[in-house]
Amino acid sequence: MKRLQNVWKDKVAVLSLSIITVTTVAGIFAPFVAPNDPEEVHMELRFASASWEYLLGNDHLGRCVLSRLIYGIRPSMLWVFVALLLSVSIGSIVGFLAGYFRGKTDAFLMRVCDVILSFPGYVMTLAIIGILGVGFESLIIAFVLMKWAWFARIIRSSVMQYAESDYVKFAKAIGASNMAIMIRHIVPVALPDIAVISSSSFGSMILQISGFSFLGLGIQAPEAEWGMMLNEARDVMFSRPEFMLAPGLTIVIVVSAINYLSDALQVALDPKLMTSKHKQQGLEAASAVKLEGKGVA
Amino acid sequence: MGSYITKRLLLSIPLVLIISFVTFAFIHLSPLDPAEVVLHSQGIPQITDELLAQTRAKLGMDQPFLTRYLNWVVSCLQLDFGDSYITGKPVWSMLGPAFLHTVKLTLVSTFSIVLLSIALGVACAWKAGKWVDKSVRGVSFFLTSMPSYWLAALLIWYFSVKLDLLPTSGMESYKSYILPVAVITISYAGIYFRIIRSAMLSNMNEDYVLYARACGLPEKKITIHILRNSLQVAISVFCMAIPIILGSTVVVENIFAWPGLGTLSVKSILSRDFPIIQAYVLVLAVVFILFNTVSDIINVALNPKLRDGL
Repeated sequence: MKRLQNVWKDKVAVLSLSIITVTTVAGIFAPFVAPNDPEEVHMELRFASASWEYLLGNDHLGRCVLSRLIYGIRPSMLWVFVALLLSVSIGSIVGFLAGYFRGKTDAFLMRVCDVILSFPGYVMTLAIIGILGVGFESLIIAFVLMKWAWFARIIRSSVMQYAESDYVKFAKAIGASNMAIMIRHIVPVALPDIAVISSSSFGSMILQISGFSFLGLGIQAPEAEWGMMLNEARDVMFSRPEFMLAPGLTIVIVVSAINYLSDALQVALDPKLMTSKHKQQGLEAASAVKLEGKGVA
Repeated sequence: MGSYITKRLLLSIPLVLIISFVTFAFIHLSPLDPAEVVLHSQGIPQITDELLAQTRAKLGMDQPFLTRYLNWVVSCLQLDFGDSYITGKPVWSMLGPAFLHTVKLTLVSTFSIVLLSIALGVACAWKAGKWVDKSVRGVSFFLTSMPSYWLAALLIWYFSVKLDLLPTSGMESYKSYILPVAVITISYAGIYFRIIRSAMLSNMNEDYVLYARACGLPEKKITIHILRNSLQVAISVFCMAIPIILGSTVVVENIFAWPGLGTLSVKSILSRDFPIIQAYVLVLAVVFILFNTVSDIINVALNPKLRDGL
């Protein structure tokens, strides 16, 4: 992984990586990191400002804002990552099958993807939540169902390009099995592509999922989630606007870190981006990725 | 060209059919019995089996699935999407006006996105690598990492509460447009201006620019040539932007209490008003396909190389 060394030279990228690591660890070990119980109500401490016991103050029910932020990492970031992982895995399997075997398999799988992609993603997510009922599980399921086709599309074209290379033809000629060729010769080269695609959708997925929770369509009270915390802060926006700050800034910092790291990763893993003519195309592809992943307006 | 358009239009018909079927079938996958939802929403305290059967018959649920589907498609074609479970009013009487409001918001936003991203894209490409370019890209990077609902809340707090200049919500005058349009523009222009910037930059390296320069054409005229070629890319991108924005104004509409599709759809999801959800998905999906088709056709009209693709 010599190419990844360039990422280390970029100070901002290292900072981003540390932010992401610290957040992830804090989320996994939330019960040990959080100073208080996130759901414990103290009506006498409503809207209390920061104190040594409650570093970021207390919300409208007197709950510890910092602890809620830390517990919120789980749904807002870790579960989103699980959703991303699931849709990328489904997308990879479909993309590999279609891109490697081509022919009828490819045609059929790509038509299925076409149909899914021709649905407006945001609207369909709403529809799936409407049918399954409001809740965080429905939200995650809806995201996986709507996203995999798009990953499959891109992974397919990446696999296709490697499947036609000479060394794969050679491996076929000496009688290697399809499975062996895929695992030995295609997965290692396609993996960087997959990493870039998925990391660039991670940030926008966090934004989207917290957006749904903000609308009240995701996680339900009393559990803590960043979008949900902003939703609660909205009710007191006119009297206590400062409650919008903590969860909002948390999202901005985490998503910026993820987006920056994904851009750095893309440059590191795809040296072609650095040469002048490909650079433009690469940038365009990157923005197309963001565009597709976006959807929260 | 004519044959391409016909083929492309014909291709979208099965897609519309599939989507109508999926939309219809979806609702029946729901674990809830529609008859129960209706009775609950009418506030009937005791739901007997008899009453359930009656309601099912009224909703036409006792007929076979395919018959119901065909009936539904035929009535949808006449803009009759049934009645809302909750209010009992025809769905179209609620969806129609909401759709118009969302379209208004979308068109105004798209217009401002196009203006802003072309201006920024051209400026950044012109000064590529200079501080203008760097700072615009830096700010846009930051803005794309910001949740739009948070941005909206901050803007409401500053402009409506603190300065008391603009309305916080609703759709009364032209002033109500400013904040929602600003939020949508800020969230999307950051993406679109990059596309224009990179299109401009790649055109600048083309041979025709070198040739024009070698011929001694003034820089102004060369810029116009570059711009024209770069906007070709932009047109198809912006065509696709309209349906994307149309489908994703949900969050903004909810914050600003805009009486559009987003507000209506979230409300009906929370109250499980299936006919409205169904009609909402169907209408937007059809609009989405329509725009996809149109933008494909425009693309091909602009770039004949793509014509063999189909």
